[in-house]
Amino acid sequence: MISRVSGPLVVIKGLNPKMYNVIQIGEEKLIGEVVGIEGKKCMVQVYEDTYGIKPGEPAWDTGKPLSVELGPGLIGNIYDGIQRPLPEIREEIGDFVRRGVMAPGLDRTTKWHFVPLSKRGDKVSGGTIIGEVREGSVNHKILVPPGEKPGVITEIEEGEYKVEEPVCLLEDGREITMYHVWPVRRPRPFLERLSPEVPLITGQRILDFLFPVAKGGTAAIPGGFGTGKTVTQQTLAKWCDAEVVIYVGCGERGNEMADVLEEFPKLEDPRTGRPLMERTVLIANTSNMPVAAREASVYTGMTIAEYFRDMGYSVALMADSTSRWAEAMREISSRLEEMPGEEGYPAYLGARLAEFYERAGRVRTLSGDEGSVTVIGAVSPPGGDMSEPVTQNTLRIVKVFWALDYNLAYRRHFPAINWLKSYSLYEDTLRKWFEDRFGEDWTNLRKWTKHVLQQEAELREIVQLVGPEALPPDQRVLLEVARLIRLAFLQQNAFHPVDTYYPPEKQIEYIRAIKRYEEMAYEALRSGVPVERILSVKGKEKLIRVKYEENFVEELRKIIGEMTEEFESLIEEWKYKVE
Amino acid sequence: MSLREYRTINRISGPLLFVEKTSPVGYGELVEIELENGERRRGQVLDTSEEVVVVQVFEGTSGIDTGARVRFIGETLRLPVSEEMLGRVLSGLGEPLDGGPEVMPDERLDITGAAINPYARDTPKEFIQTGISAIDGMNTLVRGQKLPIFSASGLPHNDIALQIARQSKVLGEEEEFAVVFAAMGITNEEAQYFMEDFRRTGALSRAVVFLNLAEDPAIERLVTPRMALTTAEYLAFEYDMQVLVILTDMTNYCEALREVSSAREEVPGRRGYPGYLYTDLATIYERAGRIRGRKGSITQFPILTMPGDDMTHPVPDLTGYITEGQIVLSRELHMRGIYPPINVLMSLSRLMNLGIGEGRTREEHRALADQLYSAYAEGIDMRGLVAIVGKEALTGRDLKYLEFSYEFENKFVNQGREEEREIEETLDIGWDLLAMLPEDELTRLERWQIEKYHPKYRDKEDHPNDGDKADEVRPNRG
Ligand SMILES: Nc1ncnc2c1ncn2[C@@H]1O[C@H](COP(=O)(O)OP(=O)(O)O)[C@@H](O)[C@H]1O
Ligand SMILES: [Mg+2]
Repeated sequence: MISRVSGPLVVIKGLNPKMYNVIQIGEEKLIGEVVGIEGKKCMVQVYEDTYGIKPGEPAWDTGKPLSVELGPGLIGNIYDGIQRPLPEIREEIGDFVRRGVMAPGLDRTTKWHFVPLSKRGDKVSGGTIIGEVREGSVNHKILVPPGEKPGVITEIEEGEYKVEEPVCLLEDGREITMYHVWPVRRPRPFLERLSPEVPLITGQRILDFLFPVAKGGTAAIPGGFGTGKTVTQQTLAKWCDAEVVIYVGCGERGNEMADVLEEFPKLEDPRTGRPLMERTVLIANTSNMPVAAREASVYTGMTIAEYFRDMGYSVALMADSTSRWAEAMREISSRLEEMPGEEGYPAYLGARLAEFYERAGRVRTLSGDEGSVTVIGAVSPPGGDMSEPVTQNTLRIVKVFWALDYNLAYRRHFPAINWLKSYSLYEDTLRKWFEDRFGEDWTNLRKWTKHVLQQEAELREIVQLVGPEALPPDQRVLLEVARLIRLAFLQQNAFHPVDTYYPPEKQIEYIRAIKRYEEMAYEALRSGVPVERILSVKGKEKLIRVKYEENFVEELRKIIGEMTEEFESLIEEWKYKVE
Repeated sequence: MSLREYRTINRISGPLLFVEKTSPVGYGELVEIELENGERRRGQVLDTSEEVVVVQVFEGTSGIDTGARVRFIGETLRLPVSEEMLGRVLSGLGEPLDGGPEVMPDERLDITGAAINPYARDTPKEFIQTGISAIDGMNTLVRGQKLPIFSASGLPHNDIALQIARQSKVLGEEEEFAVVFAAMGITNEEAQYFMEDFRRTGALSRAVVFLNLAEDPAIERLVTPRMALTTAEYLAFEYDMQVLVILTDMTNYCEALREVSSAREEVPGRRGYPGYLYTDLATIYERAGRIRGRKGSITQFPILTMPGDDMTHPVPDLTGYITEGQIVLSRELHMRGIYPPINVLMSLSRLMNLGIGEGRTREEHRALADQLYSAYAEGIDMRGLVAIVGKEALTGRDLKYLEFSYEFENKFVNQGREEEREIEETLDIGWDLLAMLPEDELTRLERWQIEKYHPKYRDKEDHPNDGDKADEVRPNRG
């Protein structure tokens, strides 16, 4: 029976549920989850609004923890935080989400064409892939649910099946259907952890070249509002080379999800040529949707990500924003009257974040394949102040830090990722992979780029004191090279059809060209050409604009050619004058 | 409806009543309190248990004692709505203030509203021309957007809001915006300023006004924006209207929320505001947008004053995290006599890209705005440098940026309170200003854009008005 209602928190007495069991609340059977037990009372966070719910109304223990349905029907779908499909909800109750609707995560009526990958007599166990169905651009593998005992197949047949229909029969009479359920808060099992050695290619110059993330790795992208968290996350969701993308809109804007829904079906995956939506699953629990379901949304997303990992895929999970998840935790915790830690967050904030990111990784799956979940979490620090608890706790865990910067965003330098503060701990492990594919000079060029930017930062401090004219010529050249790196290479317009995606082979060509400029500029300087003349070389501005060209590589060659000529004739001219 | 009446108030704290020994009361239920002198007030249940029910009283608790009668109405707070509300002036709780009759309701709607299903949303993309260059050119507004004004005391945010309300139009459409105006804790003088402008321009006949003024009860402010948005949703989604909602001042709203939170002895978050301020504000700001298959729209203009001109204060900060950008006002520009004193660099419209470009504003709009941004930012940097090393230390190039930054403020940002600039005019002013800079510094613009719109080439055109011709020779844009 309900004994108290305080916003999303409801206190029940007279039930004896286990922690995290799903409870049905009141006459309307709203659903919630046990988040605390105290003597005869249990505290339930409710996934829907609780207006009008009264003490004395009944409550039921379902005996099960919050779970998601995993099977065909996930791809291209959009769910709320507890896997209710939003299209169905709209169909049922209209344009506004009201409470009390139930709809299963997977459609029960669609028939899928099942193709067996195992045969009669095969020995299978939890995690074995027994077949597949085609779903969008993904070959959706059908798994024996993890945790099932081993058994031998007696019957398995190609055909059209609904998700609830058995596609495979085991010797002992067990039936395997195309879907199974899994509790969202329990990590799915795998055989062993593998070290992340392959980068997740994002097509973003500053990320791949300077601060790469590995497949199976973790990255955080903290930044104040308007600095580019969402655009970066969405751009990665579009172009990263994961096979499946899970995008969790956690406590953010409704329009941003609508945007993805409108855009992704029209965009083409550069690798498969299929619409991007065909490899994407969306979880949308926007800021005005119930806060407890927001708390659950990241787990729902993670469990779906692990499920595709278990098929042997590389999966990327974007969570925008993990701060809203942390705030949901804080809100529930404060209603539970738990002892508040820093800034009112519960003391277990760090532990929860760690558990979550721990579910990322590159693994050997139960079926012996390699799969990975890469997690990229946006963080929204109040006032852009990165010393706050969510950012700090996140940075203790993740291996890649993309630091967004208000000052860059104000001047519309996008992506507004601060190159001095950001880092990637995968640089060394990924180095070989890049060098093997894109040239031995990859690492050296990266070091050079960082070095120039570092020196620029130091010189700028001096310029602030003495003005640019007072610098010696070689330092003025260095400033110019740094400017080129920033304007040409680092700035990347997510909304420009060409610029939005730059594969690594184009990235390295670009940086080589800038390096070439540097070499020629210093050579000219040594040959006695006045610095003013060097700085007004024409090819330079072309080097900035060339990134928008469809046939970039060709144009770039042309520009380097012209620039070389220009420098040579300068040197020629001055050789004469100096003599 | 079950009416249950009790005289069991056990404790009164700030705006809250703690009522004991009731039969079961629903969370969020509407409450009527009758004082011993017969005065009636309204409130809402914030927490309900078998032992005690916590009621927040909208009109405040002064004068209430434990003898007051508390009636639970059995439903949540509702607003009677109808199309007849247009032209009416109502209190912050929705009661007529204009001497007119009660609103004859078509429907009575729960004011908490419900979230728009993200799947039902239609992306806002119709360009709204406000006639203000700093907005149209640099931070373009679209229909269905929520774009707050971050202001501070003494800055002309009201003038700007009114100018926007007066001038906003979607090009090629006749229909005028309906305005829902919600005042929360503003002075009577300010409110009159709005009302006079609405009367003068005839806007009042298509406006609904909710007034909670500075002297009105603070807790009532928690209800006012929800009343306004319930009305807006009704007009937009039942009557297909294009609705502009002005909410002012959201900082007063947040203070009321803080007051309730501290009376409940909740763990305070930053600067004493409750930890759920973000979520609470989201339930207001997210009530904007468009819905697939429906004609109407809600465009929101919340106004807030930043305490201490501090943009990292929780109210502007959390607002900026929810809204689709912000228009930030600058005291410095205001002191220099620039109107509207919009700090273009700190302002942002997140939906701009959807509303601009070919067929909406002009093809080169995005690139032009980017170029103006970066040139202006560079100029502002130079100002910092000049302050330390003096103008002499700048290069010729740097001086040009310095000068550009002032010209940009004087010619582009600055305009009259009644001046309505067409978008073409706004963009052309931008180009004229860029002509001050060396041409090959304009790296945000593509070559063909410069050749088509830069004054240097524009003036050389043989047929100055022959835009189509230029179109034909435009090289591949990739
Ligand atoms: N890579 C980018 N290219 C172009 N514009 C960008 C880029 N990143 C961010 N922006 C601009 O910045 C605005 C805010 O970005 P957004 O990702 O929504 O910020 P946040 O999520 O951090 O609040 C966007 O609307 C867009 O105009
Ligand atoms: Mg965002």
